[in-house]
Parts: sequence; structure tokens; C-alpha cells
Amino acid sequence: MDKIKTLADLKKIRERVQAKIDLREKSENTENMVQIKVGMSTCGISAGSKETMSWFLEHLEENGIQAVVTQTGCMGHCSYEPTVEITKPGREPIVFGKVTPRKAEEIMQKYLKKDELVEGILPANYDTIEGIK
Amino acid sequence: MKDLSSHILDIVQNSIRANARRIGIELEEDLLRDRLTVRIEDDGDGMDEETLRRVRDPFYTSRTVRKVGLGIPLLTQNAERTGGSVTIESALGKGTVLTATFTHSHLDRPPLGDIAGTLALLTAANPEREFVYRHTSGKGEYRFDTREVRQLLGEVPVNDPEIVRAIRELIAENVSEISEEG
Repeated sequence: MDKIKTLADLKKIRERVQAKIDLREKSENTENMVQIKVGMSTCGISAGSKETMSWFLEHLEENGIQAVVTQTGCMGHCSYEPTVEITKPGREPIVFGKVTPRKAEEIMQKYLKKDELVEGILPANYDTIEGIK
Repeated sequence: MKDLSSHILDIVQNSIRANARRIGIELEEDLLRDRLTVRIEDDGDGMDEETLRRVRDPFYTSRTVRKVGLGIPLLTQNAERTGGSVTIESALGKGTVLTATFTHSHLDRPPLGDIAGTLALLTAANPEREFVYRHTSGKGEYRFDTREVRQLLGEVPVNDPEIVRAIRELIAENVSEISEEG
């Protein structure tokens, strides 16, 4: 592929992506996309959250997962960074801890593709007993 | 923090939490004065005098989920050990300007790191905010403005993986051309 050096080069990519999106929107609803939020605060960044976020962005397509990848702040689980919160459409969010690119691969193959849980889920959104009542 | 790009990513999170709409990131490499300057400027909420005084204290944070705030102290430590410093100017409602200076040739100066990847991620993760990056050196100047990118993209989302990859490459190509680093 040619080098991307100017905004004009970026525009060429835009055309290609536009065509791809047109195809996609005919078959799928974008509201039904998976939400992936990567914790991006001091603790997350120093533990490698940037690499984790890049990994998701780069490997979603080849795995056939449609997702929106964004960032979030620190949730207080600093010793378990990088943390990633994943929300499947219509489900409760799940927070995974120590998500290195290797762990991200496992999450991709198991949770995102086959709906199997993996080790390392953090109790970030557990209801209290009061909450359940 | 291993490199300056991580510090930038980290400090910009403060601007994001202060509800900034527009964030300027400036990196100046001045080999004549042997200085590297990073300036992060936002139009966010700003801080009052009391907060501004405490912001360098590692045991101060505006968060409630933990008791420490290490972003600014870590940056200050890295700047000071190269003979540089960190200054912060801010006022409520006026936004904040943080300036970190380093001795460019100092052995302990963190490398620039993955500036392109950092900017691409910030752009993708914050589609509602504007980022302007300006990098100057003896070799020239490069400016990246997310408003230009968004205008060019139209309805194509800025966080489409292929677009993020392209933005990263665009910045990397231009930065490598003017950077004074190895």
C-alpha cells in the first residue's frame, strides 16, 4: 500500500471505508455493536493500556467483531490495570482486569466470539444486596 | 511512564475530565538551546488557586475511587531530573496550560515514544473533542488538526479501525521527518 502522508492520502482511505460502511449498514444495525472501553488513566497507561486499545482496534475486523472502542477513566482497580469494560448489546457490562494484548486475544476468542467467560473478571458492577432487592 | 507520548496521553486525560472541547498539544524540539518543551493547553473548567496549589501533591486527586493522583508528579519528576521543570497556569472557567521542559540531550530525558499512536487513539476515543497537535524542530513544522480530519471524513466515523490506522500512519510519517530524535 502507498504511504499515507497528506490529508489527500487519508481521503483515499476514506473512500474505501465509506464503501465498506455502506455494505455493512445494509445488513447490520450499528446500535447492536459491542462497546469496548479501555481504562486510560495514569495507572492504566503505565500498565500498557495504549497497547491494549490498539490491539482491539487492529484485531476486531479480522475476527469479525463489530465494536466501538473508546476510553474511560480509572475505576479504582489500579493494581489490575489495564482494565477493559465490555458491553455486549442488551447485556450488563463486564470489566476484565490485567488485559495485556495476550489476554485481549483470549477475551476475543472466548467471550466476544463464543460467549464463554474467562478468568480475571473484576467485581466492578456487582449489585449489593440492597441493589438486588 | 516510559516515554513522553505516555505522559501526553495521561495529562490530556486531565483536560478531558475538565470537560475540555479543544485541546492543543505542542511539542518543540530546540537543539540550539538544547531544550524539549511539551505544552498542553485546554479550554476546560480550569482550577481555582487552592486546587492549583494542591495539584502537584501526589496525595491529591479529584477522583473518589482512589486516593492518589500521580500524573503530574510523575511528569514533574521526569522533567526535573533532566534539569527541566513543569509549570501550570489555570483559572476557573479559563482552561489550563501545562508546560513541561526537558534538557533535550539529557540521558534521563524520556524518548518521544509513540506520538502518532497516542494522537490516533485520542482522536478515535474522543470523537466529540478537537485536538490540535503542533510539532516544531530545526527541521520544520508539522500540524495535525482533528477538525480538518473530521471535515474530510464526513460521515465516515473517525473511530473506524482502518481510519485510525491511517491517521496513525499519517502522523508517524510526518513526525519522523522533522523529529530530532535518532
